[in-house]
Amino acid sequence: MSQDNHVPSSKFGKWFNDRLPLLTLSSHLREYPTPKNLNYWWTFGAILTFCLITQIVTGVVLGMHYVAHADMAFESIEHIMRDVNYGWLLRYIHANGASMFFLAVYIHIFRALFYGSYKSPREVIWIIGMLIYILMMATAFMGYVLPWGQMSFWGATVITNLFSAVPLVGECITTWLWGGYAVGNPTLTRFFSLHYLLPFIILGLVILHIWALHVPGNNNPVGIEIKKPSKDTVPFHPYITIKDLFALLLFLIIFSGFIFFSPNILGHPDNYIPANPLVTPTHIVPEWYLLPFYAILRSVPDKLGGVLLLFASLFILIALPWLDRSKVRSAIFRPIYKNFFWLLILDVLVLGYMGAMPAEGVYLLIARIATGYYFLHFLIILPLLSSVEKTDPVPMSISEPVLK
Amino acid sequence: MDKSGKKDRRDFLFTASYTLGAIGLGATAWPFIHQMNPDGSVKALASTEVDLSSIQPGKSITVLWRGKPVFIKRRTPEEIAEAKKVKLEELKHPEKDEDRVKKDEWLVMLGVCTHLGCVPLSDKGEYNGWFCPCHGSHYDTSGRIRKGPAPTNMEIPKYEFVDSNTIKIG
Amino acid sequence: MKTYMSKNNFIISFFLAFLLSPFNLYGSDTKLIKVDWSFDGMTGKFDRSSLQRGYQVYNEVCSSCHSMRLLSYRNLGEKGGPEFSIEQVKAIAANFEVQDGPNEEGEMFSRPGRPSDKFVSPYPNIQAASAANGGAYPPDMSVLAKSRKGGANYMYSLLMGYDDPPSGFKLEEGVHYNKYMDGNKIKMAKPLLEGSVTYADGTSATEAQMAKDVTTFLTWASEPHLEARHKTGVRTIIFLIILTILVYLSMKRLWSRIDSEQ
Repeated sequence: MSQDNHVPSSKFGKWFNDRLPLLTLSSHLREYPTPKNLNYWWTFGAILTFCLITQIVTGVVLGMHYVAHADMAFESIEHIMRDVNYGWLLRYIHANGASMFFLAVYIHIFRALFYGSYKSPREVIWIIGMLIYILMMATAFMGYVLPWGQMSFWGATVITNLFSAVPLVGECITTWLWGGYAVGNPTLTRFFSLHYLLPFIILGLVILHIWALHVPGNNNPVGIEIKKPSKDTVPFHPYITIKDLFALLLFLIIFSGFIFFSPNILGHPDNYIPANPLVTPTHIVPEWYLLPFYAILRSVPDKLGGVLLLFASLFILIALPWLDRSKVRSAIFRPIYKNFFWLLILDVLVLGYMGAMPAEGVYLLIARIATGYYFLHFLIILPLLSSVEKTDPVPMSISEPVLK
Repeated sequence: MDKSGKKDRRDFLFTASYTLGAIGLGATAWPFIHQMNPDGSVKALASTEVDLSSIQPGKSITVLWRGKPVFIKRRTPEEIAEAKKVKLEELKHPEKDEDRVKKDEWLVMLGVCTHLGCVPLSDKGEYNGWFCPCHGSHYDTSGRIRKGPAPTNMEIPKYEFVDSNTIKIG
Repeated sequence: MKTYMSKNNFIISFFLAFLLSPFNLYGSDTKLIKVDWSFDGMTGKFDRSSLQRGYQVYNEVCSSCHSMRLLSYRNLGEKGGPEFSIEQVKAIAANFEVQDGPNEEGEMFSRPGRPSDKFVSPYPNIQAASAANGGAYPPDMSVLAKSRKGGANYMYSLLMGYDDPPSGFKLEEGVHYNKYMDGNKIKMAKPLLEGSVTYADGTSATEAQMAKDVTTFLTWASEPHLEARHKTGVRTIIFLIILTILVYLSMKRLWSRIDSEQ
């Protein structure tokens, strides 16, 4: 990398940098050549980093007041909302921050799907990204249990019960997860510990994710490789930093809209009822960002089948770079794939909607069709397109005049 | 001329952005700092009202205030006289008894030894006041340090008489 | 090249509409009575006198069965709420007997309430509350407004929604018909009757007035910082909009160098 020979301007800087090359790193990050044609779908990486830091910081301060015990959890959160200075603000930032985190991650993932960012040589970035996504879901699931409301308790019961579907050792695993014979205080305390831990693992993976990205460099909207050095790139700072900042501010306006004016709209009213092991809510639903998977899970009548299909739906995403082998990266030049891309989005939205409905009647039918279509897209359509799609010609370079 | 004008406008734009950004960051940081300050439920217990009517002369009670013990002693005339007789030069921490009480009969002070924080025992010690068993500090009938390692007299908290039978501490 | 942009907009608006529309599929489909609450909207505030009357209704009617154990008496004097004076708050608290202890003999004892105490509950625990009410637990009201879909409109509708059952509708002993309750059956008898309360400020205590006041009070009880939240929100968003514009202009200025180097 050309920035490896960065010489710090101060004597102290040089002394320190010789021992721990942070200044070289900083110089690399500032100079990092970024394609100048990136559009706003590329700002979500920075937005996601902001979301992670926000969740960690608000989480740590909330952890100074929250009590992880079944008898006191619900009350301790009300204590935060009522008595702790700005407690209401910190709690609403954290709760809505989780939703914003997932909103951003879905946009980020679909950006990758559209522009082929998962294709060679970026497969490892994609896999690390999928790992981050899975850890995000685990973290969010456990976090939602902590208020110990009705949805916390019963959502935990439904999902942990899934593990009993594993043949032979299922019951053992479930009891082990619970630390008891049902979801209870031991479950809550360990979920708190893990909920605090996982985000730091995510942080480590994010660093690896960015590191892996910096090897080949960013993909770009037309999907062509940029040979370095290039006049088609700009130094990351200040051109991309300011663009990311602008996008982040727009994101913050939407985020603030939720925090200050509709802080509970994405949640479920039942979670303001303290957990009661003797009364099950009429409809148990996870938070919106887990709904598509909930729909897939419930589309199979068999418990083990549902669990396997759920894991398959994630694994299939991980395998994407090997399912879609089209030589053309960006969907801009793949007219047929582009349509299937939009269909996939529609399918995921339908799955999400069905996840919120009772799993019966026409809702169940639609959920099954949508689940089937999801697997069809990845297992049949993509590999087929890899060989039969007639793609549009790809420009020679980014600066080349736009092809009509 | 045009170029420098443009540069001024650009600098103003950047400066304005940085400034507003810095204000935003400061405003955002404040809740995170302030949440560690005492919350509403703690501040509600910042002051305690104590009913004195059941305390007999010569007796004392201990109440919990802000997590610490407060000794409230109803002094006998002898104890008051003894406290007033002491010469300031004899005290490690010179304080007149009148400066430590609002009404002679009532001694209100934090029951925390000023050495290392133990709770002294009442009606003990060589000065008819309190004795701290941890390292041997002796306090007199005004709660002043007379012998031992404690550096200062036991602290008098902020308090006032709400009426003749009630005090509000804090 | 631009066609996918308009498809984008469709997807985004579908997504947002889906996100933001309430999931109106559980509970009674009867349309709730919509009231123009003073606390609605981005600049909504509580009506101070309505809150005070609402507290009176809660205290004189509801609190015999419904606890509000997460509130403290001092909350009644804090900014953004009924804002009773400190003397009024002390007097209100002192009306209640609070359990304290153990004393030096190791016994629990009763004493008059203080502002720092939590609201006294009518029953010692959930089981006692259910047993005393025909097996139906009168829910704690601390966050009731947030725990029911429809919030304030739902609570108001429920209070006003008692009616004779339609012909053929079977009602068990001790169960009442309510238009808005899930399943239309509710164990609670109609709690508000004209004149149930004699308002301290002289307002006429009609059913609708009491329902409105107690609903306002219950909304505040669930969201005591609503006014601060709205105020901070307006300031935050205005600030962000200004900063966004400044950063946008800075960005355009900066990028003009690149775009002109073609």
